[in-house]
Amino acid sequence: MFKQNFQQLSLALVLCVAANAHAGDTTPAAQLQRFEAAAGRPASADNGRIFFTSTHGSKWTCASCHGDAPTKVSKHASTGKAIDPLAPAANPDAFTDTARADKWFRRNCKDVLSRECTAAEKSDVMAFLLALNP
Amino acid sequence: MMCTPRTPRTRSIASIRSTPSTRSSVSTRSTRSKRNTFILGLLVALGIGASTAVAGGSKDFQPLVMSEKYRSECASCHLAYPPALLPLTSWRHLLGSLDKHYGVDASLEPAEVLEISKWLEPLAGTYKKVRAEPQEDRITKAAWFVREHREIEAEVWLRPSIKSAANCAACHTTAEQGNYNDNFVRIPK
Repeated sequence: MFKQNFQQLSLALVLCVAANAHAGDTTPAAQLQRFEAAAGRPASADNGRIFFTSTHGSKWTCASCHGDAPTKVSKHASTGKAIDPLAPAANPDAFTDTARADKWFRRNCKDVLSRECTAAEKSDVMAFLLALNP
Repeated sequence: MMCTPRTPRTRSIASIRSTPSTRSSVSTRSTRSKRNTFILGLLVALGIGASTAVAGGSKDFQPLVMSEKYRSECASCHLAYPPALLPLTSWRHLLGSLDKHYGVDASLEPAEVLEISKWLEPLAGTYKKVRAEPQEDRITKAAWFVREHREIEAEVWLRPSIKSAANCAACHTTAEQGNYNDNFVRIPK
């Protein structure tokens, strides 16, 4: 009985989380505009692709964890954990939460570039990701 | 019976890990299954870990209440490792150095760290095998972990489908549910 109740509770929690998964405060296009405005120039998807797949002083690229084709589920470079696609066309949750987008750019840019990314770099990456189709 | 998140599991881990059943290889599933059945029966008979036994997971580490903050922040990059698999001191080291977390920046806002630590610390492992801090605060460096996985060849860990000993779910198909029972182990090619 106890276990059954627990399972029901777990299911309720999972459903609750799933229901909130889309409860973001922004859209990927709005994020692109935000970074473009901060950079003061239009974004380049080509530059974003090169940036995404290049090393920048450390051993990892963005693609090390997100995959060269971020329209697919990829694997974390060190832990092997599955990572959902970054491309909005393949993942409706991607870049729908401003704080979350900022947090991951801050963390992951430090891992790849040993510094935070500039607004121009982030806008290029957003343009690259928005141009992808699954 | 009413039980806390840790007490029954702690006992079942300590009991089962010291039995011969864990010495059998993954390939001797039927033999081990019979042994596990016997052991589980024994535990129930002794009135120990009843909820764990009913779950069919003699190595069920899932906290009864999972922190959504822990899941969303920590389990983005790796499995939501069960709090009971590291001692409190190790968890404190980890939460105090998230900006340098095994080579990556996993930093959080102070309020987020506090929220996670409030949930995590009471669930940290206190039983004998987990009490000692493992090297680098890595679960995979703990003596019990090394012993449990001693039959896994070095080549297996390096397979692209596994990549790392930290990738529990690559082989433990029910790891996401906190169940590490050998019956659910499938080692990918």
